[in-house]
Amino acid sequence: MMKIALYSAILLVLFGGLMYLAADLPVGAPLQSDMDDYFIKNGQEQTGANNIVTSIVFDFRGFDTLGEATVLFTAVLGVGMMFRKMKEGEEYEND
Amino acid sequence: MKMTKIVRTTADVFYPFCLVFGLYVVMHGHLTPGGGFQGGAVMATGAALLLVAHAYEDITGRLRKTAMKILEAIGLMMFLFAGLSGLLFERPFMGNWMAFTGKWFSHPVAHGPNPGDLNTAGLLPLLNIGVGIEVLGGLTIILLYMLSGIHAEKKP
Repeated sequence: MMKIALYSAILLVLFGGLMYLAADLPVGAPLQSDMDDYFIKNGQEQTGANNIVTSIVFDFRGFDTLGEATVLFTAVLGVGMMFRKMKEGEEYEND
Repeated sequence: MKMTKIVRTTADVFYPFCLVFGLYVVMHGHLTPGGGFQGGAVMATGAALLLVAHAYEDITGRLRKTAMKILEAIGLMMFLFAGLSGLLFERPFMGNWMAFTGKWFSHPVAHGPNPGDLNTAGLLPLLNIGVGIEVLGGLTIILLYMLSGIHAEKKP
């Protein structure tokens, strides 16, 4: 019982400290907005796409999206390796 | 385990609508919110619906593992070659050489709202379609691997 009360008190203090620190963070108003303004102003004219998000994800940051697609491919390879069929006579290593 | 007949019929009815809606999200990726990843996930949701409603053995005729593997590979290759095709036209890798040339996917677009002209944005629709195909194949094959334990009721 004492232990639970102690843990709860510690958690409450940590949460209060976090909230106190987070109250000072700037939200919704980035300090450096040159890049955002450039994308919003020139994205449509340079790529021809109306969706600014698509024009950033597939054009300005296209290389990043290629990496993302490769990550998905690798994840599928991993799942396929995990769920493969056991060969005859093969045994689990951890038995 | 098989669901009841009502659930199975509903899943059969909803499956084509899931595919069509996913295709819409992929095709309009450069005009409206969404894109390749999101549309592919919507299409894979249709496969998940079919898998949960039916038994695994009844679904293998419609969703084949080999076909999904091939789809996934085709999607990634399409993305790669669309990116590499910029090199042929004196642009860098992933350079958008198709925009504003007046041929496919390349109507000029002014600053401001677009009334729905799909023929814009150059290379972006191709990349969107590639990623959509890849996500459809990849997520479906993950579902097929993980849910292949859902068997039909064993007959005594």
